[in-house]
Amino acid sequence: MKRLVIILFLIPTIVRAEEPTGKEILERIDKNLAAKSTITTSKMIIHGARQTRTIEAKTWGIGDEKAFTEYLAPAREKGTKMLKLEDKLWIYSPGSDRTIQISGHMLRQSLMGSDLSYEDMMDNAKMLENYDAGVIGSEVIQGRDCWIVELQAKTAQVNYQIRKLWVDKDRFIPLKEELYAKSGKLLKRMELFDIIKIDSRWYPKKIVFKDMLKTGDGTEFIIDDIEFDQQIPEYIFTKASLKK
Amino acid sequence: MIRFLFKGLLRDKNRSMLPVIVVTAGVALTVLMHCYFTGIMRDTIEFTAKYSSGHVKIMTRAYAENKNQVPNDLALLGVSELISNLQNDYPKMEFVQRINFGGLLDSPDENGETKKQGVVSGMAVDLLSEDTKEIERLNLEGALRKGRFPKKPDEVLISDEFAAKLEVGPGDQVTLITSTMYGGMSIQNFTVSGTIEFGVQFMDRSGMIADITGIQSALDMYDACGEILGFLDSPNYNDLAAMKVENDFNDKYSNPDDEFSPVMSRLKNESMMAGYFEFVDSFVGIIIGVFILAMSIVLWNTGLIGGLRRYGEIGVRLAIGENKGHIYRSMIYEAILIGLVGSFFGTLIGLGFSYWLQEAGINIGNMMKSSKMMMPSIFRANITTPAYYLGFIPGLFSVVLGTMLSGIGIYRRKTAQLFKELET
Repeated sequence: MKRLVIILFLIPTIVRAEEPTGKEILERIDKNLAAKSTITTSKMIIHGARQTRTIEAKTWGIGDEKAFTEYLAPAREKGTKMLKLEDKLWIYSPGSDRTIQISGHMLRQSLMGSDLSYEDMMDNAKMLENYDAGVIGSEVIQGRDCWIVELQAKTAQVNYQIRKLWVDKDRFIPLKEELYAKSGKLLKRMELFDIIKIDSRWYPKKIVFKDMLKTGDGTEFIIDDIEFDQQIPEYIFTKASLKK
Repeated sequence: MIRFLFKGLLRDKNRSMLPVIVVTAGVALTVLMHCYFTGIMRDTIEFTAKYSSGHVKIMTRAYAENKNQVPNDLALLGVSELISNLQNDYPKMEFVQRINFGGLLDSPDENGETKKQGVVSGMAVDLLSEDTKEIERLNLEGALRKGRFPKKPDEVLISDEFAAKLEVGPGDQVTLITSTMYGGMSIQNFTVSGTIEFGVQFMDRSGMIADITGIQSALDMYDACGEILGFLDSPNYNDLAAMKVENDFNDKYSNPDDEFSPVMSRLKNESMMAGYFEFVDSFVGIIIGVFILAMSIVLWNTGLIGGLRRYGEIGVRLAIGENKGHIYRSMIYEAILIGLVGSFFGTLIGLGFSYWLQEAGINIGNMMKSSKMMMPSIFRANITTPAYYLGFIPGLFSVVLGTMLSGIGIYRRKTAQLFKELET
């Protein structure tokens, strides 16, 4: 009986010892998703208030700091290119033959009319550097058992002051994320679907973004093809390559 | 009796000149104030109508709900057909398309890279049609500072101040970066054909005027526009006529279940203007009321002084046996005559100054330098029907009231004491 009482007292301690901290969960997510380089062919299906548009693009990326995107379709957007170097963003438009740096309030504008902003695309800050993370519970999402991790911003310089992630307990990939303003107002929701294993990583094939302040039924981001850790020539990430 | 009193007033200038001058000055000021305040309010309303709201404005229901964000993704479609129907339904009215847009305006350096960039607040209007009245309506002729008006859809006017900031002038290229109606990015080159000065600081900081067809192409808004403004066939806004058109249109064309169906809103119902109309009704009333009250006190005082100055004369008249009631009534008749004469001349002078202010106006541009409000920089008086009779209220009633009050003293005077008073 005495042993049983001791075991009963120990159970919560054992369970707590198995539960990772918010910081550990974020580190595991980074480990799963981060890659030295990626080459992605994707589709963005934008469900607007009036019509649905599909935009196709190919993106070359190195870490979170460098990215080069070329839009392939539709005709109006074809040939438009974007270059992101750390916190700077340039856009090249073939129609006007101009390379324009996007800055200031334009960064808060919608990316090609989607539910994402340029600022969202530029967001390359490490979550652990800018947020305090804590596990606030568990919930089943898409039939998977998930940790609910709440991130509170350490600084006012981040785009979203509060973030909530639902992280798959086995695969350490977020299945849902909600982004909040300081007031607690929900600004954006992101859901990840069709999780597949590519090499050693779990990766989503489809991400659905919803800007809660915008009309329309959200934006689907579909990854048609993704290659990890490929050699990408450095000249791609220069302003000269925008006009090529 | 009236003739007798009138002759008395003419011949004895000591008792008529000062009261008439005071009444004339007070009434002239009252009329001028009324006309000037009415003019300011009318100018502000008409300015708003011409620039942003029309006498009536048509938007989609969804656009109307979020109009402060200028949501061009919720714009009206099939605009040509809608305007054609409107012209059949309301042949005396004029309907024009407008697109308001924002974004960045970028000027390139010699390598085609960003030299200067600034946030732009643009308005697309019909500049190129042969019969367009928009240039006159927005007073663009008077606002042009350099260059010329656009002759092609890819030519634009930008504010003089903004052009200096971007370091561009007539003939230079600028690039507009904005969103299309469907949310895509739009990067479009335009040529600056001229620069303008709006006279409104808010517009002078970042204003751009473009032809509607050029912006429809840039924003992927073919046969679409954000707003259709309607102007009644009268120089000034007529709320009753606008309300009739509004009700009629909404009954015929608007469907509450369809967020993209058109809905008409009259100027008075526009979010900011509803408050403004209430402000006009109450504020002008209060200002004019306070002024009339102040003038009434001054003129009443004139009546009182007039009564007191004639203390001796009234004593003599009582002493020679004139009835107290007769003296009192004759003083009131005199006051009526003074009030009428003063009000007549005061109204004439007030209307004269008001007419001059109506034609010339007062330029308050220097006082509006830091203003963010869209307001006209020249305010003019407006001679309305009440201006012809409004001055008679303080002019006539106050003098009469003052005389009536001071004249009460007649009844308190005792005949036994009159000779004592007259001896001193």
